[in-house]
Amino acid sequence: MIELKPLSPATGLLPLDIGGVTLREAEMAALTLIAPYMGREAQLTEALEAAHGLGWPQAGETSASGAARLIWFGRKQAVLVGAAASAKLAAHAALTDQSDAWSCVVLEGAGARDVLARLAPLDMRDVAFPVGATARTEVFHMACSITRIEAQSWQIMGFRSMAKTLVHDLQVAMEGVAARAKPALT
Amino acid sequence: MRIACPLCGERDSREFSYKGHALALERPAEDAGVAAWDDYLHNRDNPAGLTQELWFHDMGCASWLVAERNTVTHEFGAVRLAEDVKGAKP
Repeated sequence: MIELKPLSPATGLLPLDIGGVTLREAEMAALTLIAPYMGREAQLTEALEAAHGLGWPQAGETSASGAARLIWFGRKQAVLVGAAASAKLAAHAALTDQSDAWSCVVLEGAGARDVLARLAPLDMRDVAFPVGATARTEVFHMACSITRIEAQSWQIMGFRSMAKTLVHDLQVAMEGVAARAKPALT
Repeated sequence: MRIACPLCGERDSREFSYKGHALALERPAEDAGVAAWDDYLHNRDNPAGLTQELWFHDMGCASWLVAERNTVTHEFGAVRLAEDVKGAKP
């Protein structure tokens, strides 16, 4: 019998370490898109609280409980990461398994924000984009989701079919930032 | 240009795409007659000044927006979710 081996979207492309900024692939996790049915938002919020201990994230926010994270993902949408969605949510929202649809990479390091600044038209100062903030925006012409998971760590989600493009665009920006870094005085 | 999306906040215009005048939301009744439908489909004013437009935040939150824009200065005024302007129907 043939055993199929799962491959992550960026297999063979990552990790990268350029100029002190690293780009690695996030662990493959179950992703469930949650889109509340019209008029059922309040019931969904209760069900989410009961089943996962998670609040419904407002625009640009994430909520977390243990390993489970709920990331705002657009108007009336959020994506659940790190936990299998409870079947009890299905009465109040459309649940879609999108585990295979997204490529998740993590950009880390002191210059990570400078790398993103080359690619995304987003205000990423601490006051505008603190840890836990998220945005749907573009990363070099491609629609992506950016979430600040730690002070110097950003998770970027792009379409799985465009994983190579995403990695390439990030790599070029990382090389650009590294080349611009001030040389050490000798 | 920067557009203040009611959900995402002020964002660069490259995240948005333009549809046309917000008149498109005022769809005539099915039996309104040929003249009303012809007017709805084809006739638009071309003002020098404030106008109401439909924009789509396609690279962002995927909301349809009704934005006030000054066609002379490209200055944006109030931006609202089309859902709130039109009223959402289940």
